[in-house]
Amino acid sequence: MTAAGPVLRCAGLHRYLGHGAGRVHVLRGVSFEAERGCVHAIVGPSGCGKSTLLYQLGLLDRPDDGQIWINGETISNSSDALRTAARGRHLGFVFQFHFLLLEFTALENVMMPMRKFGRLDEAGMATRARRLLDEVGLGDKTHRLGTELSGGEQQRVAVARALANEPAVILADEPTGNLDQSNSAMVFDLLARLARENGQAVVLVTHNPEIARRSDRVLAMRDGVFV
Amino acid sequence: MSPNLRIALRFLTARKRAMFMSLFGIMFGVGFFIVTQAQTSGFESFFIKTILGTNGALRIEDRMQATMFPMEADGAAGGSDFLIAGEGGRKIIPGIEDPFRISEAVRRFKNVSGVSIVLQGTVNLSTNVSGDSVRVQGVNIDDHLAVSDLASQIVQGDLADYRLTPAGALVGSVLASRQNLHPGDTFTLEWNGEARRYRVSAVYETGVSDIDRVRVYIHLAEARSLLQKPTGATFIQVNLFDHERAPEDAVRIQEVIGHTVAPWQRREKTWLDVFRALRFSSALTVSTIILISGLAMFNTLAMVVMEKTKDIAILRSMGYTRRDIARVFIWQGAIVLAAGAILGCVFGAVATYGVSKLPIRIRGIFSTDSFVVAWSPWHYVAAVTIAAVVVMAASLIPARRAARLEPGDVIRGTAL
Repeated sequence: MTAAGPVLRCAGLHRYLGHGAGRVHVLRGVSFEAERGCVHAIVGPSGCGKSTLLYQLGLLDRPDDGQIWINGETISNSSDALRTAARGRHLGFVFQFHFLLLEFTALENVMMPMRKFGRLDEAGMATRARRLLDEVGLGDKTHRLGTELSGGEQQRVAVARALANEPAVILADEPTGNLDQSNSAMVFDLLARLARENGQAVVLVTHNPEIARRSDRVLAMRDGVFV
Repeated sequence: MSPNLRIALRFLTARKRAMFMSLFGIMFGVGFFIVTQAQTSGFESFFIKTILGTNGALRIEDRMQATMFPMEADGAAGGSDFLIAGEGGRKIIPGIEDPFRISEAVRRFKNVSGVSIVLQGTVNLSTNVSGDSVRVQGVNIDDHLAVSDLASQIVQGDLADYRLTPAGALVGSVLASRQNLHPGDTFTLEWNGEARRYRVSAVYETGVSDIDRVRVYIHLAEARSLLQKPTGATFIQVNLFDHERAPEDAVRIQEVIGHTVAPWQRREKTWLDVFRALRFSSALTVSTIILISGLAMFNTLAMVVMEKTKDIAILRSMGYTRRDIARVFIWQGAIVLAAGAILGCVFGAVATYGVSKLPIRIRGIFSTDSFVVAWSPWHYVAAVTIAAVVVMAASLIPARRAARLEPGDVIRGTAL
């Protein structure tokens, strides 16, 4: 697979959740491709499998069947260590509930993935984290703890953190679901702009029709398949 | 600083109070372990010092005469080169017939630092207060000072007077008190119908009441005359440079001289076993404090894992491995352990010093007017090792649980 092809691809993904009588076939052979510099919105009713698909694409969960490729490399059936390394190298996550580490400052939160990746020295990490926080409009709040930031600010820190290691794909699970309209627009604009500027693929799950409308590509999902 | 350690340090603040409780538990556990070991070892060491200072490291006593004779085996053609050891036995002949020859032989052993010939007998002591049955020991004082702490055990009078007085005697403190004897007083020793008068040159106190109540030292020549034994000795007291080697030296000396040789470890086995049991039981008892701290640590870390599942999931999503997550929690245990151990060692040292200053009067098996403590780095090593094993075991379970968490399950809300 070349750089011109899809950066993230899945084919025939199946996923069951629950046990026994409660076992549900959540993903029923989903196939999908994410292009660089493109914002993909996955929409659909609650329980249709959007988030489950996102976790599969983010290697946070294992499929019962099917394949996932990142940059042409089959990753779905590899070991936990390889999947973890691939997450750190290729993927950035933004979740609905921000999930900042609240004992750390905004700057430290953004530096957290970089520390694990170990590509930059301490000063280089701090410089990059400040630049990212500047880009999300939080350049003056770098030393605030997570608890001292508003919901919108926390989500912007989460976006900056997702971009820390310059991932090829940003996966966002209802990134604006917990924000008011202005903050929603701000976060979406940020994601879309950075994706286009940096050639990153953005895959987001949303219930917000306005966000979906402004995305480059919209994929509707129902009962575990794209319709 | 590693990212895992950095995260561990911040996570520690999540449950500060609980962590401090665990830390103080470890501190007190380590500290009390050190104090109790210092006390029990101190008393044990002091007891050993006392018995070495009174009865020496080795005691050479009765002669063993083998009743087993080798016999020449008869071959088919007559005589043979083979010798067959005939089954016999061993005969014990009390005392030492030629103590000077034995002493010379014993002195040649490298580890021997002193040898003293002792002639002992039970005699009647009479004063103007009353009479007592006492055990008189005839010794050459200079030889005996080399195998005992008698010089430092003098509590009244002085040894110079004893050296200059042929009829001088050294009387145990308990006996002196019972008979109201003081330096310069006289008393009579009677054996086999013959009475001799002696003068108290000094009063000694070993702290061992069985000795201080009955033992009277007189010059060896006087003892030979009193006990009517112009030759021989009851036993020979031996001191060693390295007391711990007494059992090995006893075996070798016994083989060479053909007399029974009793090392101090065998002579005092009962008391040594009591001290050992006491030390072990106190270590076990105090270790329960460390164990409880470990349980508290386990509980706290388990709570932190439950509270931090989302943080764990987000760290995993960033590329932190299961091992990284486990290390974050093991680091937390290690940090609390290190702080608790350091504070515990300091507390233990201060408390040991304080205890050593506490007044307590003990007489019976030794003599002391304050708590006796032993300063040994091994007490600190043992305390920290026990704490490390307990705390790290307590940290490992929550750490493994945290590492096993599936980030997808956590974010979906189906974890735990």
